[in-house]
Amino acid sequence: MAKQMTGAEMVVEALKDQGVDLLFGYPGGAVLPIYDVLFHQEKVRHILVRHEQGAAHAAEGYARSSGKPGVLLVTSGPGATNTITGLTDALMDSIPLVCITGQVPTHLIGSDAFQECDTVGITRHCTKHNYLVKSVDDLPRILHEAFYVASNGRPGPVVIDIPKDVQFSTGTYTGPRNVHHKTYQPKLDADNDAIRRAAKMMAAAKRPIFYTGGGVINSGPAASTLLRELVSLTGFPITSTLMGLGAYPGSGPNWLGMLGMHGTFEANNAMHDCDLMIAVGARFDDRITGRLDAFSPGSKKIHIDIDRSSINKNVKVDLPIVGDCAHVLESLVRVWRAEAMHAEKQPLDAWWKKIGEWRERKSLAFRNSDKVIKPQYAVQRLYALTKDRDPYITTEVGQHQMWAAQHYHFDEPNRWMTSGGLGTMGYGLPAAIGAQLAHPKSLVVDIAGEASILMNIQEMSTAIQYRLPVKVFILNNEYMGMVRQWQELLHGGRYSHSYSEALPDFVKLAEAFGAKGIRCSDPADLDRAIQEMIDYDGPVIFDCLVEKNENCFPMIPSGKAHNDMLLADLSDDAGVELGSIIDEKGKMLV
Amino acid sequence: MNAPLTPPSPYSSPSSRSNVETHTLAVLVDNEPGVLARVVGLFSGRGYNIESLTVAEVAHGEHLSRITVVTSGTPETIEQIHHQLERLVPVHKVTDLTVSARSLERELAMVKVRGKGENRNAALQLGEAFRARVVDATTESFIFELTGKPDKIDEFVDLMRPIGLVEVSRTGVAAISRGPEPI
Repeated sequence: MAKQMTGAEMVVEALKDQGVDLLFGYPGGAVLPIYDVLFHQEKVRHILVRHEQGAAHAAEGYARSSGKPGVLLVTSGPGATNTITGLTDALMDSIPLVCITGQVPTHLIGSDAFQECDTVGITRHCTKHNYLVKSVDDLPRILHEAFYVASNGRPGPVVIDIPKDVQFSTGTYTGPRNVHHKTYQPKLDADNDAIRRAAKMMAAAKRPIFYTGGGVINSGPAASTLLRELVSLTGFPITSTLMGLGAYPGSGPNWLGMLGMHGTFEANNAMHDCDLMIAVGARFDDRITGRLDAFSPGSKKIHIDIDRSSINKNVKVDLPIVGDCAHVLESLVRVWRAEAMHAEKQPLDAWWKKIGEWRERKSLAFRNSDKVIKPQYAVQRLYALTKDRDPYITTEVGQHQMWAAQHYHFDEPNRWMTSGGLGTMGYGLPAAIGAQLAHPKSLVVDIAGEASILMNIQEMSTAIQYRLPVKVFILNNEYMGMVRQWQELLHGGRYSHSYSEALPDFVKLAEAFGAKGIRCSDPADLDRAIQEMIDYDGPVIFDCLVEKNENCFPMIPSGKAHNDMLLADLSDDAGVELGSIIDEKGKMLV
Repeated sequence: MNAPLTPPSPYSSPSSRSNVETHTLAVLVDNEPGVLARVVGLFSGRGYNIESLTVAEVAHGEHLSRITVVTSGTPETIEQIHHQLERLVPVHKVTDLTVSARSLERELAMVKVRGKGENRNAALQLGEAFRARVVDATTESFIFELTGKPDKIDEFVDLMRPIGLVEVSRTGVAAISRGPEPI
């Protein structure tokens, strides 16, 4: 449908045509024409955040929990620069976002005008693609193309920078039709040969393992279903990255737990000793591989990824399969079934026996206490009391994030929102707001730390304004816990600036925002307090005072291999000895 | 089994400089604003080298530009560069012209030389030997225009240095594959 309208009207029209019912934003001079159009309609709901970074993370939480692209609208200059962390976060974790930024009028670009910044220049490195719209005639195409680029292939953030005069000028609007992008056409299906070779390698494997990541979740619910089917058909063990949790159920029989720096003993040892690794939508990040030259030295590796550049980037693989996870898994399941393939029972049984021995080590165990709440225990109780409600969990970044990943279990995809690649403190609360808006009836909990939560605490106002009953569950140890842990391990226990001094009273803070505040420090009272949080119909800040010096184990120290893990028993000897575990070379790493 | 790896990662052992190769990549892109910045930004952002870079529109109707970039790195790094370039949204195609070994590489240079007497004659004779054209002359200077492989130009410039080299302007490498087929 070709219609005459202003650039600002085109933006809102395109959002409607793209099925966007929600956008996160903050008004300002350079986007006022678009805000004026939003004023006159009710189809697209605008959520006013309190900081543009919050808009980006909220859009991420919305996207990650709903499978739809998240949309944000911000003004020029500081509005745009405030989104940078969120855009980078979305780029690292492959989250589809469309970020519309206002810009000073075209004739002022380059003049250092008020609230001008080179938005496309600044965001070039932290977006999948970006556009500066110089003419209203290009606007409809660019708007629709942005959604296409953000959601297709490996998803990511796209910025559309629209000068104010373009928003005012009139042109012809055209609908989305079928966007046929000139250059960007990601390949979804893999070659049949590669699929057959993969199936043969799987049938011949004696010590196989599936290593899956966020790509399975990005590929959509079908990918998770197919993954479960393939795991059950083959009987192979499966582990996942932080970003991939929930694709295979945490209660599933073949589940080894998360792998990597704070992964389980069984997952990491199985990765190290396997003879066939099937990587699905995972990218061999340094938090996963540990020391590269000792990474799974004896295995053949199959890598399924939609992004060709992820293959052979960190780890050389034997069989690359470029394609969408769901498409490739579907083909694999089909071939496996059609040819009635199976792995040899005897070696597979022996492999499972070995894995059973590693499991026996119970690497997530910790010494509980009846005097002080252990953070792991807090997460376990939170899990026990909320799991039957199909909750959505977000986190900030740090120890609490790892304890959440270890002790909260996910049976479905899209239930777990965390900042994996960029590791952004302050992600969790706005992401929870986004997830809550996508799932208004569901329980949404941000498992947080007392330091992280203060980075975007202003978004409590957003939660109050839109009556979003998000629960912020703070594991308060009065430290930037992971920084403190690393200082203990690497810097002789010199806790330089990692103590959370001058903390606010979180209960009063909650009340100041108009939310409910709950504090708990007694393990015996924890269940009751958590239940009170769940039962409250509105946002809650739960200040859970936990053991201050607890370290997060197991852990692969920097520069070590998968079979060289630090386990919890050792940690009780604490300080001095830990300091010598990481060698000089390891200390250089992050 | 994995061969020892040398990717640009803090978790790998420092990469050996021994197997560094030089490759010429032809990158066909949509000639849209910022496309060169994307390509160059990719190289700087990921720590890759650019030894030479040329860019010009090659099909005006379709707004296609061709970027020829000479880069160096281990084979793994070159493979990464190739695929990272392909991932950029406005990129149509990336071809590694060094892999086929059947490509032509040429560069144009303009070389300003200043001198009197003997040096003038020496400069003219060398120019002739290198099939360089004199495109500007004064009583005390010449500007030579020279086309050839980069090392031929290096050689010419080196020879002009003692004679009175003033300055050099080079286009960077343009490259194309041999035979009837396009890249």
